[in-house]
Amino acid sequence: MGAGLESLLRDGPVAINLGLRGFAESLESQGGQVVHVDWTPPPEIDAEVADILDKLL
Amino acid sequence: MTSDRKITSDVAVRKNQYYDSVFLMSVASRMQVTPGVTDAAALMGTANNKQMLVEMGFDPGQVGEATPQDLVVALRGKKDAVRVILADLDSWLERKEGALFAASASSWDEARRRQPGSNIAVISVPGRYAARETHAALDASMNVFLFSDHVSVEDELAMKKKASQAGLIVMGPDCGTAIVAGVGIGFANAVRRGPVGVVASSGTGLQEFTTLIHRAGSGISHALGTGGRDLSDAIGGLSTQAALRALERDQGTQAIAVLSKPPGTRTLEALADALADCRKPVVVCLLGLTEAELPRGGFKVARTLDEAASLALQLTGGPLPAPVLPPAAISEVLSREVALVNEGQKYIRGLFAGGSLCYEAQQILRDLALTAHSNAPLPRMPRLADARASFEHTLVDMGADEFTEGRPHPMIDASQRSARIRAEGRDPQVAVLLLDVILGYGVPEDPAGDLVAAIRSARGEAERRGGHLAVVASVCGTDADPQGLEKQEGTLRDAGVILFPSNAQATLAARDLISRIDARRS
Repeated sequence: MGAGLESLLRDGPVAINLGLRGFAESLESQGGQVVHVDWTPPPEIDAEVADILDKLL
Repeated sequence: MTSDRKITSDVAVRKNQYYDSVFLMSVASRMQVTPGVTDAAALMGTANNKQMLVEMGFDPGQVGEATPQDLVVALRGKKDAVRVILADLDSWLERKEGALFAASASSWDEARRRQPGSNIAVISVPGRYAARETHAALDASMNVFLFSDHVSVEDELAMKKKASQAGLIVMGPDCGTAIVAGVGIGFANAVRRGPVGVVASSGTGLQEFTTLIHRAGSGISHALGTGGRDLSDAIGGLSTQAALRALERDQGTQAIAVLSKPPGTRTLEALADALADCRKPVVVCLLGLTEAELPRGGFKVARTLDEAASLALQLTGGPLPAPVLPPAAISEVLSREVALVNEGQKYIRGLFAGGSLCYEAQQILRDLALTAHSNAPLPRMPRLADARASFEHTLVDMGADEFTEGRPHPMIDASQRSARIRAEGRDPQVAVLLLDVILGYGVPEDPAGDLVAAIRSARGEAERRGGHLAVVASVCGTDADPQGLEKQEGTLRDAGVILFPSNAQATLAARDLISRIDARRS
């Protein structure tokens, strides 16, 4: 078991940022720990297949 | 040859080039203000975006081939201007990388390998992908701050149930702000740490409350956003309940404030029970509920965010906020303003960047028996027929969907609000302009400066008609915010704006001005 909500509050955010780069930059400017993921949308067909798989599994 | 004949439209599609929407809006805004350009759009090629471009008059044939993985840049304007931009598109798409920024990964797995102790995912991908990424984070035992909107209620419920079972929280979807252990996430303000914990389903409500606590000299332990729908009966307050329990156990939290728009009926009952059972003192502020509808018992109830902050300060033995101006001085300022207003001027026009602040202002006016029209009306307040056209007293939430579909939020880009301020200035019936200015992480360097040209222009219009436009505002921010509260307030004061330390007080002053104007007329 990783981080529950209580340990988030106790330890402070150690963040993975997915999407708007500015959010990672402002976390970092406050001295927060963050790794930014260069997210791109999955290819359409993959998303559809993945949705079906998600429903099946 | 007339200049019309030189107008051209052109579209460039870049295959497999993804950029986030905020960045693309900034690119489009820069293109838009280039001389010779009349329309500019930079978007990913989703079905909605392509539809929008076609509605803007761009050639469906040029737009049609793009996929959501492809960048589409559409321009209309003088041939030379359009050609110059498209020829140099790469440099338009260069980011000004944050100098601080170092750690970046190409995938979830790589990010988790690089930072094994990660305890929260901050997710702001387009809505249709948000549920998948949220589940991936929860499956990796991470809490989630979910900024993305357009997430279905079913998806929200499923992710929150999963989080609840795992002792985690999903803040969102459509969660704009949180402060965890002194670190702001999303659009948060820089506030000192202290004894007050916050659970909020309203983003700018959280910002207003936390800045008021900071400015009174106290501070915030944690401020957890939950997303605007969390307290609906469909979701049942799963994140609110999780946040409450965590703050109850948190050693740094002495008192808890719960801030929200009106919850669903069943959820309100469950919330009232949880609040009454809470071992720590609680203040609850449910904007929009009438006195009779408010739950009672075992906790303090505040009507406004201001009052919630005062009660929280009292509960934690903190200092009380001092009024910036004594009442007599405020009265003198307002009398001076009213003396300049002419006969036909009688209405308030409130133009808000903060949705919760628009809501709070409506509630204050409703309590003081003034009917205001809004595009986001409180129960029993009239809805504006057209969000883009004010009618009598009007309070507009300029961050509502009708203003932000494909356009930047007014907290990020002042252009729509500036245009509306100028429009209100041209209306001879407008006496009072009521504004909020929101500072903090993620918003531009000079949000007040971005509005003052429009404010001066609107005031000038009123003066040319022999009248006067009173502009009343509050700045939601702190001395520690990147923009600096004092500097921002100075910019507004220089433009003749009457400033109040909170949105509630600015709204009361606007109401007071109208009472004085009405009294003069009768």
